[in-house]
Amino acid sequence: MSKVRFYLFSQTKSLRFINEWDLVAFIVIFGVLFTFAWGASQMTTPYALGQPIAITLDPHALPLYSARTVLRMFAALILSLLFTFTFGTWAAKSKRAEQIIIPAIDVLQSVPVLSFLAITVVGFIRLFPGSQLGPECASIFAVFTAQAWNMALGFYQSLKSIPSDLQEAADMLHLSSWQRFWRIEVPCGMSSLLWNTMMSMSASWFFVVVSEAISVAHQDIRLPGIGSYIQLAIDTRDLTAVFYAITAMLVVILIYDQLLFRPLVAWSERYNFSEFRDTRPAQSWFLDLLGRTYLLRYLSSGFAIVTNYAITMPWFRRKPKAIKEQSAKLIKIRFDWFWYAAMIAGIIASLWLLLGFIISNLDLYEIWHAAVLGSITLLRIIILLIASSILWVPVGVWIGLRPRVTQVAQPIVQFLASFPANLLFPLVVMLIVRYQLNVEIWTSPLMILGSQWYILFNVIAGTSSIPKELAYAAHNLNVRGWLWWSKLILPAIFPYYVTGAITAAGGAWNASIVAEWVTWGDTTLQATGLGAYIRASTDSGDFPRIALGTAMMCVYVLVINRLLWRPLYRIATERYQLS
Amino acid sequence: MKELVRIRQLRKTFKKSEQQELLVLDNVDLTLYSGEIVALLGKSGSGKSTLLRIIAGLTKPTSGEVMYAGKPVTGPVPGVAMVFQSFALMPWLTVLQNVELGLEAQGVPRDERRSRAIEAIDIIGLDGFESAYPRELSGGMRQRVGFARALVINPDLLLLDEPFSALDVLTAENLRGDLIDIWESKKTKTRGILFVTHNIDEAADIADRIIVFGSDPGYIRAEVQVQLPQPRDSQSNEFRELVDKIYRLMTTGPQERARRAIRERYLGIGYRLPDVDPSILAGLIETMDAPEFASKIDLPELSEHLMMDIDDLFPLIETLEILGFAKVADGDIALSKIGSSFAKADLLERKKMFADQLLSRVPLASHIRRVLDERPNHYASEERFLSRLEDHLSEKEAERVLKTVIDWGRYAEIFAYDYNTKMLSLENPD
Repeated sequence: MSKVRFYLFSQTKSLRFINEWDLVAFIVIFGVLFTFAWGASQMTTPYALGQPIAITLDPHALPLYSARTVLRMFAALILSLLFTFTFGTWAAKSKRAEQIIIPAIDVLQSVPVLSFLAITVVGFIRLFPGSQLGPECASIFAVFTAQAWNMALGFYQSLKSIPSDLQEAADMLHLSSWQRFWRIEVPCGMSSLLWNTMMSMSASWFFVVVSEAISVAHQDIRLPGIGSYIQLAIDTRDLTAVFYAITAMLVVILIYDQLLFRPLVAWSERYNFSEFRDTRPAQSWFLDLLGRTYLLRYLSSGFAIVTNYAITMPWFRRKPKAIKEQSAKLIKIRFDWFWYAAMIAGIIASLWLLLGFIISNLDLYEIWHAAVLGSITLLRIIILLIASSILWVPVGVWIGLRPRVTQVAQPIVQFLASFPANLLFPLVVMLIVRYQLNVEIWTSPLMILGSQWYILFNVIAGTSSIPKELAYAAHNLNVRGWLWWSKLILPAIFPYYVTGAITAAGGAWNASIVAEWVTWGDTTLQATGLGAYIRASTDSGDFPRIALGTAMMCVYVLVINRLLWRPLYRIATERYQLS
Repeated sequence: MKELVRIRQLRKTFKKSEQQELLVLDNVDLTLYSGEIVALLGKSGSGKSTLLRIIAGLTKPTSGEVMYAGKPVTGPVPGVAMVFQSFALMPWLTVLQNVELGLEAQGVPRDERRSRAIEAIDIIGLDGFESAYPRELSGGMRQRVGFARALVINPDLLLLDEPFSALDVLTAENLRGDLIDIWESKKTKTRGILFVTHNIDEAADIADRIIVFGSDPGYIRAEVQVQLPQPRDSQSNEFRELVDKIYRLMTTGPQERARRAIRERYLGIGYRLPDVDPSILAGLIETMDAPEFASKIDLPELSEHLMMDIDDLFPLIETLEILGFAKVADGDIALSKIGSSFAKADLLERKKMFADQLLSRVPLASHIRRVLDERPNHYASEERFLSRLEDHLSEKEAERVLKTVIDWGRYAEIFAYDYNTKMLSLENPD
């Protein structure tokens, strides 16, 4: 796989597809979620905090709001990193943990952020009664659920693909697990982790409104931040304020992109050891600038001493490890039995809970209804994918064939992909209202507004990676017109296109929650679909329906992965990969 | 002489499936003494690298005894260092950091670490490159880092896993010479070197003792003591004789002879057909038919003429024998009658001859053809033959063998294969 393909929510969703373990994970996770949902429905006390913090639309407040939003995001990012380092590593190192963690993450990443928020917010408020810490934690947790899964999966995947000779070298040098983690595993996973972190950041911007202006489960909490600012602007139909917010966000994204992520990407070039490197390594003016200062040299040598001390701490030094003896085998077999027994018990208990919950709270009609809504949303996504492919494939090919244009276009598209498209929703709502357009049709484009860029991006990357010789040969044989498209371009970009389409589809499912239900002042446009269903249930705090809608969405995502994307991806890698 | 490594009755099997096991190493006895350089020489897939990994403590033997300095090996042993074919350098660490890594693991203080690493870098001739990253270096320089990383921990025993085979000829020779210099000058505390190679000249050039490995399963076929003083002149008669002797040993060991008798009478359906491209085979036959060669050709001479080492040459020779185009005896190879008429034939006749030989001498090919003939629609799925092969071979090996026979069958035009449907057939593509 070439590294110049880009992914939105999960790079790894396209690489791993569900198996029977996903089914197990699905049952167990939803067993637990439904239990929480039931618990939450029992304690729907509205959150009351003496004086609610007033959000103002004064643009001067925006820098402060931005700072608080970014702080929340980075707090969540730290949590996500911790999650990645523990669970990603654990899954890569232990077969048993792998059997549980990976399918669990698979399922969790198709659970919408809003559902996590609805289920956990009451618990967090209870945890810190009368303090703003509760909602803050809920908000950070929601952002965390938008970030963590793809980072952990990506890290797990890179740990699994560490070359065996490096592992053996580490064995021969007697590195302890701690040294191995910092000297080999983290560096190996660095590039993918960084990319996934950037993707996670744009995912969290996408849900910034939802996670700050918490209006789920009879709560109405506004945490100071850009999200609440936007919500207020939408409530009061203040277009200027929306514009201010967009500007503020652009500036914030630009700042941390230039000051944090670009330098990190440029710096992490050294960790990117694949043979097929971009001809032009990533550059960062900020890193170059820092590199020229004494301060950085001073800091980095200090940093080197500290990390060196941390990594070589005697406490973590291992005693020479013996290869496992045969006698341990018997214990292992016993433990296996215990393990499988525990798992089966877990599955039965979850199944029992799940069925009990569904039967006691919902009837079969409701389930059928949710399934139908799901297929409507699915239909929308399919049509959108086709439409955006028809639009972006020719454009991408045109750009990709022109190296000069590619150089200019690629960073722009990349930025567009990280820009939260839902900020443009109010504009669309205004248009729909003004021209009396059909809500069912015209809210749909919102679903793919943010993730369509991944199709464009990948098509550009695919086209520009077509070997020059192939293009010359086609030219030499006078291949043109439809023949040129069908025998050269389309097959050559197919693997890239599939990656882009998988990413775009994943993004669209996630976005359906915010796109099928849009508001502008007191106008609420509601399309028919599973996203709107979940949104409506979270607004009214109807836990059985939240759980049902969420589970239904997971089923759809997992089944489509299995039936459509996996075969396509296999064909793409087996037949159309230009090695 | 002190014993460094002692191996007795070693067996190693890999699990093929729940019931079946694949035997990789069988009945290996080996003793390594202090002060010698020993080469493990064999074809690829003969299990010699596995043996090296068992000695290193990276893999566990299935049965048998492995002792290092009088103690059983249960894991990577301190005092043993390894150099890898692929260099195995951490790409994100500089040369200096790579070399320091082993010392860091031992908990050597920072300053001492640095000075020892710089000394090792100095010995191996890398000074000036301390702050370079591996990707900035050429293959030869990278392997020098690999050596420095191994030598810096002052190992008693140095294990080298085909350390020169990823390098070009000149670079390899240069690095080999430097290694011998370091060894002779006793600049390091290393008391023994064991290295794996498939290059006969390389083994003859530096080893004090050469262990010739046979394959399927791996076993020690012969041992050759080398008495020539260093530096050795590869053009000298003694050296050429040594190389000749090794070739003879490799093509006619006692077990190999028995195997050839079996091969000539009947190859089983699960015979591991060597991975050889038919057009290269044709090229080889043409070369052997050239007037500058006598009817009997010396294998080392052929190897040198073609500039191929045994890993490339031996599969070709095996195929020639399987198909009855040539015969090997006492380190010499001679074209058979059909072989020399093949050399003179045109492309279509060649295909015809190849097809005849293939169908009459390779049971797998004739089996596939028979099945296709018997079927009314002359179609059969690849799966069918794969599962038949998996009775004899591991899954991976079965795929490889089937791919080889499909290649040969396509060249001979005795059957066709469709990649998309994975179907074999008698049809020509539309």
